[in-house]
Amino acid sequence: MTSRHITLDEQVTVCHEGETVLDALLREGRDVPYSCRQGACQSCMMRSLEGMPTEDSQKGLKNVLCKQNYFLACLCFPSQDMVVALSHQADFFTEATVVSKVLLNQETLLLTIQCKDALDYYAGQFVNLKRSDGLMRSYSIANSKVHTHKLTFHIRRLAGGRFSEWVHQELNIGDNISVSDPQGLCFYLPDNQEQNMLLIGTGSGLAPLAGIIEEALEQGHTGQIHLYHGSREMDGLYWLDEMQALQQNYENFHYTPCVSRGDSPEGVATGRANDVAMAALPDLKGWRVFLCGHPDMVNQTKTQAYLNGASLKDIYSDAFHVASSSLE
Amino acid sequence: MSEAKPTLYEQLGGEAAVNAAVDIFYRKVLSDFRINRFFDNSDIEKQAAKQKAFLTMAFGGPNNYTGTDMRTAHARFVKMGLNDSHFDAVMEHLSGTLRELKVPEELVAQVAAIAESTRSDVLGK
Repeated sequence: MTSRHITLDEQVTVCHEGETVLDALLREGRDVPYSCRQGACQSCMMRSLEGMPTEDSQKGLKNVLCKQNYFLACLCFPSQDMVVALSHQADFFTEATVVSKVLLNQETLLLTIQCKDALDYYAGQFVNLKRSDGLMRSYSIANSKVHTHKLTFHIRRLAGGRFSEWVHQELNIGDNISVSDPQGLCFYLPDNQEQNMLLIGTGSGLAPLAGIIEEALEQGHTGQIHLYHGSREMDGLYWLDEMQALQQNYENFHYTPCVSRGDSPEGVATGRANDVAMAALPDLKGWRVFLCGHPDMVNQTKTQAYLNGASLKDIYSDAFHVASSSLE
Repeated sequence: MSEAKPTLYEQLGGEAAVNAAVDIFYRKVLSDFRINRFFDNSDIEKQAAKQKAFLTMAFGGPNNYTGTDMRTAHARFVKMGLNDSHFDAVMEHLSGTLRELKVPEELVAQVAAIAESTRSDVLGK
């Protein structure tokens, strides 16, 4: 008789032989969401914090979810004790020190911090940065995985944005800041390296995409990698030289900066980054697509990429919502 | 144990078949000018999840379909003019998808019959 222990919110439930994790939790009267109980609806999806979920219980989940040990409780006959959570809980913070601040353009700052503990993240994920009084905002990690202690961010200064104004004006080199566990599902996995990739970002949406590109090139991605970075006007773009240099060094990397208003200088496309990209790449069948930045751009382009042939499982996105309290 | 006759869902190929069908079906629906205005402004991943739930139901698979939910969910589209012609267009894409996946005609008919049973709820009749 093998039974396993399932811990959820520090409460232990015994899962008997022949019982799924969901069965056991429901038998004990735990409040967990579920519906079809056959792996179709995915409403009972949980994340294992300790103990690998069984392979069967990850059937049909997006690969980024599998990698982070998400599983369907209704399909999981546990093979070991597990600690599970209903959704990703980001209550863990590590301390970090600011090591550099460099302006990328008038409104965007490259912030580099050194973390006390190594962070386990995937290029493209984001963290919550927290000030000592608790004020907190999400920012994408802008570098690849090689630097486990050093993280970079592109902090765009928003008019009236309490956090971004503070980072720009008051945060100094040597100051401390708290960093949450990495989160988000828009990241690069080094499987299927021949797959072509399209990355579209607006504004500081370049940050996670730059991390993803750096990671993919370091991992030896062989498929074509197309980056479209857009802004309204030229002064909203940044890293043009860096991206052009990268293009010179890697045959499979292609970079197109775009501005949507007014004339653009040579080498810069006119139009919204998503429109320019979709016109240039009408057939995305089999492609992997990353979309980061303005929520409307992300939403529309997701649909367009799908209609151009990309599979939904191959579309990763991160919409940058502005915290409403920024505008207070 | 006696061998039970495979269900419609099993004959179609279960969840894997639904996934393959959603990808084709939803692309057809969104590309159709007659009906795609009803899908404007919605998050495609959330939409695809709903399409998957719908197709799972139409495939005779596990579901918790209730007519009331279907009515409530479509009420605002009925106000926008959703009618039988739009429902017919969706039915056309459903059968087209299954034929593209080489599903035998007798199973296509069974799926169509299940989907057809939601017509009055979807159209708020």
